Amino acid sequence: MKAENYMNLEFLSKSSNESFARVAVAGFAAQLDPTLDEIGDIKTAVSEAVTNAIVHAYPDRLGKISIKTKIYEGKVLEIVVRDWGRGIENIEQARQPLFTTGGEERSGMGFTIMESFMDKLTVRSTPERGTTVTMRKKISVRLSDRL
Amino acid sequence: MEVLTKSSDRNLTIRLEGELDHHGAKKSMRELERAVESALPLSATLDFSGVTFMDSSGIAVVLRVLRRMRELGGTLKLTKVPPQAKKVFDAAGISQMLTIE
Repeated sequence: MKAENYMNLEFLSKSSNESFARVAVAGFAAQLDPTLDEIGDIKTAVSEAVTNAIVHAYPDRLGKISIKTKIYEGKVLEIVVRDWGRGIENIEQARQPLFTTGGEERSGMGFTIMESFMDKLTVRSTPERGTTVTMRKKISVRLSDRL
Repeated sequence: MEVLTKSSDRNLTIRLEGELDHHGAKKSMRELERAVESALPLSATLDFSGVTFMDSSGIAVVLRVLRRMRELGGTLKLTKVPPQAKKVFDAAGISQMLTIE
């Protein structure tokens, strides 16, 4: 499937970039005329994926995070968050609600929230090579789309 | 992320302002703990009216305060939770664990 539009971002794994990352993706998605609720879902899911990369991929150093966002026919938004960090040994376990290796500061709900706020979530990871999180969401068709 | 506290007669109200993400939570967690330890409240209220964004980092913050309040034999209530933050609490299934207004 050919993308109708795309936007790529690359930034350092500093927690001060979390806000920038979700606002940038939400800004790109704005052309799909999402509802406020859908914008909230997109921002939240991006925030979770980026925070995972900052906290878990690069626990003791700064590294590169990239976000590739594409728009496909039918108002489908695809967001790919990638890092080149430590990787996840057991993806199934990491996706379980409340599972975390992040201590008391983390709730272990990141993947659960990405899953519930987006339509599709795929996680690929290789230990010591990095992790790629792919999320898709279909933005609702509104009356204004048909005018 | 700003943390504004007000307490009297072991009632503590904490107003959170700004974005409660991992970056904001890192900064505010210590202030929240300090507020709870100095007030040792029997009733604590987290006022979310000033929270412009929240992700799962906010859940960790709330659960930490909830755990401490239970140790103190007190109660925790969340008020004025905006829809985006409410949706995160609901998705995490913690809405049943405390009072959200």
